[in-house]
Amino acid sequence: MRILEGKGVQKYFGGLAATADVDFHINQGEIVGLIGPNGAGKTTLFNLISGSIAPTSGTIMFKGENILGLKPHQICKRGLARTFQLVKLFGSMTVSQNILLACFFGKSGGVHKSDAQRESSRLLEFVGLSGTDGVIAKELTIANQKRLEVARALATKPELLLLDELMAGLNPTEVAQATELVLEIRKKGTTIFMIEHVMKAIMGVSDRIIALHYGKKISEGTPEEITTDKTVKEIYLGI
Amino acid sequence: MSSTNNPAPKWLFPLVLSFIIIILAAVIPRFLPPYTIISLNDIFMYIVLTVSWAVFSGPTRYISLASAAFFGIGIYVSAVLGNVLPFLAAIALGGLASFLLALLVGLSSLRLRGMYFTIFTFGLSELIRHSVLWWEVNITRTVGRLVVSVDNITVYYAMLTIVLLTLAMAYFIKNSKYGLALLAIGESEEATDHIGVNVNALKILAFAMSAVFMGAAGATMATRWTYIDPSIAFNPLFSFMPVLMAIFGGVHRIYGQIIGATALTLLADMLLTKFPYYYNLLYGIILVAVILFLPQGLAGLRERMSKWRKHVLVK
Repeated sequence: MRILEGKGVQKYFGGLAATADVDFHINQGEIVGLIGPNGAGKTTLFNLISGSIAPTSGTIMFKGENILGLKPHQICKRGLARTFQLVKLFGSMTVSQNILLACFFGKSGGVHKSDAQRESSRLLEFVGLSGTDGVIAKELTIANQKRLEVARALATKPELLLLDELMAGLNPTEVAQATELVLEIRKKGTTIFMIEHVMKAIMGVSDRIIALHYGKKISEGTPEEITTDKTVKEIYLGI
Repeated sequence: MSSTNNPAPKWLFPLVLSFIIIILAAVIPRFLPPYTIISLNDIFMYIVLTVSWAVFSGPTRYISLASAAFFGIGIYVSAVLGNVLPFLAAIALGGLASFLLALLVGLSSLRLRGMYFTIFTFGLSELIRHSVLWWEVNITRTVGRLVVSVDNITVYYAMLTIVLLTLAMAYFIKNSKYGLALLAIGESEEATDHIGVNVNALKILAFAMSAVFMGAAGATMATRWTYIDPSIAFNPLFSFMPVLMAIFGGVHRIYGQIIGATALTLLADMLLTKFPYYYNLLYGIILVAVILFLPQGLAGLRERMSKWRKHVLVK
């Protein structure tokens, strides 16, 4: 079943097409990678899906409903959450407040405080941040801030999670842990669409990969197909 | 396990203390000279303005300079309708008018951030002041209005009630999930939106809520001044003072805001009577000194003291 499907998605910044006529789909339960050189329009596509920016034209169907043009909070309430390329935490608030807020306002909404607190410690344990509840968010290491952002997104109870460069800036050990985390999230039933530059990681976890270049989809397929694709090799992998 | 062994919960002391203060405040006017009651009313007025202002501007960091507009609208409601409506109705209408005006201001300034929001709100209060002045000069051909006078004790009780309602509102918003969401807006509006908070609706509503009691206080205080005109009612000082008082006392603590409003009102009063010539100079020096040495405001003093005490004990 297709949980997310985009048709003819276009976004122009003035005369520049950030995404031009992109068609894509994500199946329920999949992990799909989105790759491409800098400026290819990957984050723009995420921003369009999550409602951060308004599209020029096209449709994006989420669970059979066109969500293009909805506000981010409306899209979140329908079960679609995201993280950001540059971490956007509530820096001066505590780790647990970051998550509680997402529990209170996310998809399920109206959660009781004690339930939210239980959910918060469960999520912190899940992403490997147990015991940091009272820590001020901006005092965490960058790897842990990224984990917290994932936990916060998960607290809204998404069915589809968009991860924007989860692995960027992490050391090899942390990349391995993050990969593990992505697989665990999928195991719990959340579909994942992720932008990534760390090739080894994304080739390892993705069921399918979409490659963008200058706002256009240049290739799509299994990791094996992508690594052997002539266009992708030339443009992106540089082999 | 039973909870009888636990020490008194930490909210017990403030609760008892505020209860005593409320009782005291309710009984005290009959034992006080009129001058003291008048200055108490002034303190109440600034507490309402400061705490209300901080409900929205404290957590979101959107510095509003529109308090004078909301306060002034209340004053004008009272001036125009004071002789046809009972006192209480005029106060309620003042609050309502202020709420509606704030909704409009909120809706029209949605896309403005930071300094732009501040300047917009300031400009808007000035626009309202000059529009009312123009209206009075050209349409009604009156400059200034007489307000039906109400005695000090009645004003005192009305202001006391408004103070308590303001504090209750501030407390409940601060401790609700919406208070947490307002704090989050101050950190990252985009992230707040993405975890399911209707950021625009919350901002506008919180802004409008913060205006209600400013308007009510305006409608009440107008009866004490007996004569008002646009430059009295929409005096920009009513926009600046709450900001200064909140920063002076500590923006992030309600008790800090109360202390700030009280301290600065008393200080201004004392300096004005004791040093009429150096009043503004001294006032300025003290403000600068506090903000320079206590960036967290007077409320930060307590944290500093305990840190310092620890430091000394360790040595």
